[in-house]
This record gives sequence, C-alpha cells and structure tokens, in this order.
Amino acid sequence: MDVLVCVKRVPITGGRITLTPDEQDIDTRYLGFTVSPHEECAVEEAVRLVEAHGGSTTALTLGPKAAEDQLRDALALGADRAVLLETDSAEWDAGATAAAIAQVVRDHGDAGIAYDLLLFGNESADAGGYQVGVRVAHALDLPCVTGVKHLEILNGTAAARREGPGGFEIFEVALPAVITVKEGINLPRYPSIPGRLRAKKAPVERHRPERPAPGLEKVRLRLPQARDKQAEMLGDGAAGAERAVEVFRQIGVMPP
Amino acid sequence: MIVGLVEHDGGVTSELSLQMLTLGWRLAERLGVPLTALVVGAEARPAVDGLAAHGVSAVHVAVDDRLDEYAPGAWAACIVDLMGRERPGAVLAPGSDRGNEVMAHVGARTGLPMAANCTEVEPGDLGHPYLLTRVRWGGSLLEEARLHGDVKLLTAAPHAVKAEEAPAAGGFSVEEFSPALQDKDFRVKVARREERAAGKVSLSEARVVVGGGRGVGSPEGFRPLEELAELLGGVVGCSRVVTSLGWRPHTDQVGQTGVRIAPDLYVACGISGAIQHMVGAKGAKKILVVNTDPQAPILAHADYAIIGDVQEVVPALVSAIKQAKVR
Repeated sequence: MDVLVCVKRVPITGGRITLTPDEQDIDTRYLGFTVSPHEECAVEEAVRLVEAHGGSTTALTLGPKAAEDQLRDALALGADRAVLLETDSAEWDAGATAAAIAQVVRDHGDAGIAYDLLLFGNESADAGGYQVGVRVAHALDLPCVTGVKHLEILNGTAAARREGPGGFEIFEVALPAVITVKEGINLPRYPSIPGRLRAKKAPVERHRPERPAPGLEKVRLRLPQARDKQAEMLGDGAAGAERAVEVFRQIGVMPP
Repeated sequence: MIVGLVEHDGGVTSELSLQMLTLGWRLAERLGVPLTALVVGAEARPAVDGLAAHGVSAVHVAVDDRLDEYAPGAWAACIVDLMGRERPGAVLAPGSDRGNEVMAHVGARTGLPMAANCTEVEPGDLGHPYLLTRVRWGGSLLEEARLHGDVKLLTAAPHAVKAEEAPAAGGFSVEEFSPALQDKDFRVKVARREERAAGKVSLSEARVVVGGGRGVGSPEGFRPLEELAELLGGVVGCSRVVTSLGWRPHTDQVGQTGVRIAPDLYVACGISGAIQHMVGAKGAKKILVVNTDPQAPILAHADYAIIGDVQEVVPALVSAIKQAKVR
C-alpha cells in the first residue's frame, strides 16, 4: 500500500501573535516552525498503515525551501520518501496548491508509483481553507472523505469514521481515495534517534511549480480587537481558595 | 440573486444556517437582489416555511430518492445544478463541517475559488471581486482578502454574525426541483451512523470546565481537578500538550483542533495560554486562572487569578467548597 501524505509548515505561535509591519504575515523572527496539527496525525496514520499493510509513505509539502525541515520531521517519523514543491515567499491559495499536488501525483503515476491513499489534514492551522484535499480528489477523480477520526483499511476499502450530528458518521469508499484527517485520530509518536539520523541524509525530490494568479487573494492580516482583562487577584496559593468560593457563589456555580 | 445552503437537523434549521442567512440578506440588500435558500432532501420540508422570516424570498428543495443520507458530492451537485439554472452572483453556506465540505466540492467542480469562514463581506460591482474578512488560526487572526470568480463561493464563520430576522423582499415561494445527479455523486455517502454514548455531560456543553495543562505535572495530577469538577457539576478538559504527552485522551482537549467550550466558569490550571487553546475557550463567560507564573499569557484572558501551584491550590479549592457546603 503506497500512501502520499501532504503537510504544511506553520509557525509555533505561542501566547500572542505579532504581525510584520506590512501586515502580510505573522512575524516569525522569534518563532519556531512545525507541521500543522491535523497533518502531524496524517503522517502518523500513514506510517501505521504502511507498518500494518506494507508499502511506502511519501511525504509532500508545498512551501519555501525551509519547509524541507517539516519533510525531515515526517521522514524521522517513518516516511520513506519526501517531495518538496518549492515556492518563493508568496502565499498559494487552495486552488493553486491542489493543482500542483495533483500534478505530482499524475507524474508519479506515469513513473510507476500509483498511490492507494492520499492523506491530508482537514484544514491547515494557519490559512484554514478546508478544501485542498477535496480539490485534489476532484482533479484526480478520486472519492474523498473529510474530517476523519478513525480509519480502517480492509480488502481495498477504507472505512472512515467522523463526528456528525448527534454521533458518528461512517463512510466506506474503495481505494484509491483521498482522506482528510483530524487530530485525535491517533497519538503521533516521537521520532527515534535512528529515524532522525536517517531523515537527515534522505534525498528530497524537488520541483518548482509556477504560481497561478490567486482566486482568493490575501490583502492584509489584522488581529481581532484585543480584550485584555485585568484579572482580579484572589490571593496566593491555598490562601486564594476562600475568595474563590465567594466568586463561585456570585456566578452561580456553587453546589447547593 | 444570492443563494444560501441551509442545513437542518430533523427538520429544524441549524443556528449556523440562520447566521449565514443574516450575512446573506444583508449582502442581498446591498446588491438589490433577492436571497433564496437551497435545502437538500424531502425531509428538509418542515424547516422551509420558517425561512421566510430570515429574508428568504424563495426556497429550492432538491428532491431525489438517493438524497436520503448525507453525500457531500451529491449536495455539491445540487448547488452546481441550481447555479446553472438560476445564475446567482454568490453562493453561501454555514461554516460548519458540512458547509465547508460541500462548498469545497462546489469550488472543485466549478474551478471557482472558495473562501471559508467569512465574518464580513463587502460586495464588489458586477464582475469585480468581493472584499471580505475571514478567520485564520481558528479565529486568533483575521485576513482581509479579495475573492475572485464569476460566482462568489463562501461560508460564514460560526458565531461571527448574530442571527437576525428580516422580512423577505416580495413574497415567499417554495419550489421542488430534481437536480441532475449521477451515481458517481453518491460514491461518498454516509453508510451508517453510531450514536454518541449518552449520560455523561459533554465538554462542549458543560457549565463548568476544569482544564489542566503541563503545570498539572502528571496524569495522576489530574485527580484533584476531577474532584473539583465533580463538586461543581462540571467536567475536566486539558490543553494540547497534555494530550500529546498521553496524559489525557484527545476528547478532553480544548482548543482549535479540539473541543470549543462555552461554560459559565472555566478554571484553567497550569495552562500557559497558547492562542490555539484560547480560541477554544473563547465562549467561557468567566475564567479563573491557577498558575505559578503571574506573567503567563493566559492572565490576559483571566477574570480571576490565584498565583500558585496547581497541586496546592486545587486541593485547597476542593476543601474550601466542602467546608462551605457543611456550614
């Protein structure tokens, strides 16, 4: 079973976001980067499926040259191959991103690598467009289930469970298929030392796709109005408990 | 014309759909065009009449025997069919899981861009882009963007616009139609459902949530938090680092990629306050922070604070409540 898993490089934002002076980006001078949370789980799911069924995992990202770090993170977790669709700093919208990914899948197909499963995160942590996986599925004429929190593959069929109104919805689709996952589908492992060493040396397949004109075009970013509160200090340590009980009474949560 | 995809649960229109219609009728009013609604499946009929009060002048009911269960591709095909016949200037859907999914399919089928989770929409002249505001980072950041395309496809961010009633412009009509659907549109369709286990109060609906972060120290460290939650009739939640460490299941996670809570009181223990956590707790009416660090970012969100170690403060809260009950 050959799995392609697509990830995105995003900053680790911490407690407060600061924008660049031109309001085009988050100021990342003092920030680290990571793989978007849903996609971290997508990588883990890919590696687990390949451990169970055999085959290979290919990790792909579209982003700046530095996004190679996130591919190496995926390799360290157990991915076998890595593909970087290198861009300049301009943001790619979902339509452009999906078209570039679909082209790689077609090219790999022509070269004899036919993926059984394409895994995505349900939405990226930063842009949150909710559509790259769906658009790739359409471009390749594959079925697509989104928001999946439990996945089983049996005899060429994927049973995918997700949260729905009042409970869970289960979809069954024939492979090849596109599945977008949500955090919680698994608990990603920590990379092993040998995994990290292997990832360091692994080759990365590189392409430089052309960016088409965006259909959804970022003008600027802004922060929602800050509503910084001045917290009422109830005391230090255990001494704060008594006033806390008064507060619980005031706001009506004390048990009768 | 503006079209809004209306979701319903057992014939009751969803709250997020009403919010989307409010964004929709304001947009329609500014453009001087009617707002119409699309509902999918015959069982949506009970929801239809109530839409007249939400600025909707016509409802299109997509009818087909195969539309008995949710199928994202088929729902999108219904919209594309309606777009071909009615030529709307924009199609809106609620920013729910389904709304975003269906509109992604519509965008993919038509090759049009789609903007998810919009909070404000500024219409352009005919043939020009819309200028809109949408949420990023689960709501911690806003993006102003131009949305291109002959038909503007967008979803309304949950709880960004309050649902308001408006009289429909010029009458109200309901029309059933049979969209052109192919078998392939149904290859992804709900095969079966599982009910959620009943009984326990869910995190998203709890009146009190006692949340723990790394500062709780260990999986066992959550015991006093559980006791406090039980005394206050609430449930325990946690931050992402806690689930990553394997201390609590992901179902307990509050935040952008976990559960969004809206309790009367959120007691946040040993949580630093990363933005991804705080967007999940935005609905909390009051926040009490227990933290050793008086400079922690979460203090900016706190109504009340106790500076101290979780393992000292939370047991003290438990015994103070017990004593208050005895008196």
